[in-house]
Amino acid sequence: MYKVKVYVTLRESVLDPQGEAVKNALHSMNYGEVGSVRIGKYMELEIEKGSKEVEETVNEICSRLLSNPVIENYRYEIEECVAL
Amino acid sequence: MKFAVIVFPGSNCDLDMFHAIKDELGEEADYIFHDSESLDGYDAILLPGGFSYGDYLRTGSIARFSNVMKEIIKAADAGKPILGVCNGFQILLETGLLPGAMLRNENMKFICQDVQLKVQNNETLFTTGYENGEIITIPIAHGEGNYFCDTDTLKELKNNKQIVFSYEGVNPNGSIENIAGITNRKGNVLGMMPHPERAVDSLLGGADGLKLFKSIVKNWREANVIKA
Repeated sequence: MYKVKVYVTLRESVLDPQGEAVKNALHSMNYGEVGSVRIGKYMELEIEKGSKEVEETVNEICSRLLSNPVIENYRYEIEECVAL
Repeated sequence: MKFAVIVFPGSNCDLDMFHAIKDELGEEADYIFHDSESLDGYDAILLPGGFSYGDYLRTGSIARFSNVMKEIIKAADAGKPILGVCNGFQILLETGLLPGAMLRNENMKFICQDVQLKVQNNETLFTTGYENGEIITIPIAHGEGNYFCDTDTLKELKNNKQIVFSYEGVNPNGSIENIAGITNRKGNVLGMMPHPERAVDSLLGGADGLKLFKSIVKNWREANVIKA
């Protein structure tokens, strides 16, 4: 079995209203040193070994559902879990 | 003319849509559930607003993989009129039937109010009942209506006159070029954030949305009903 960590982030060209709001909150808390905040998503998946390479499956899942390529990028880490 | 009103788990404007067609237009309408395998016999498809699948992951992203969407893609290819309002628009974007994507409103607020729209193209099958440049009042109710696309897509939208409605005066959500509604290249799929189905009766605040539904019916009749 594999444990997969997926990180979905907004493309740089895309404005992040949520991140802006958090940045403004941090500034109002006197953390003026915070230059920018970008909010993304973190997902954990457990994937069984199938007929396809796990990396191929993960790429498919990420591009078809977990991220929207118009506004987001994704990256992932795959860890093989040793069965107990 | 027979309309299909698609119902996803979490749709909440389906009744308004049904009412607009059945009671205001006097046309036929059926609710079609998201797992339906067929849309045979329907002349037009309406994707109502709401919060399909709780807006989980991204708005419209899970509804996009519903069974019925395969049929909607087929209907779009066949040139049938398809209207997606609010969450329906978001679903059409996720499906790729319309270009671009939705972001959170610039001010991070859910906005529920009347807005003024300018009719930018009255030559679509949805808008022939309006004058070009006509200013109409239609309500919006959304937290993610901040339409976004890259510069190449925007250029294409403009060149092909795919921008059908734009916000007039105040842009409520920060959408690029004040975009409120766009069609696909062929012009038979319209996605818009404002709710025309909530503006079909002057007793309930306004009837500027009625012309949109009347345009669909009129254009369909002219194309499909043989005159005696």
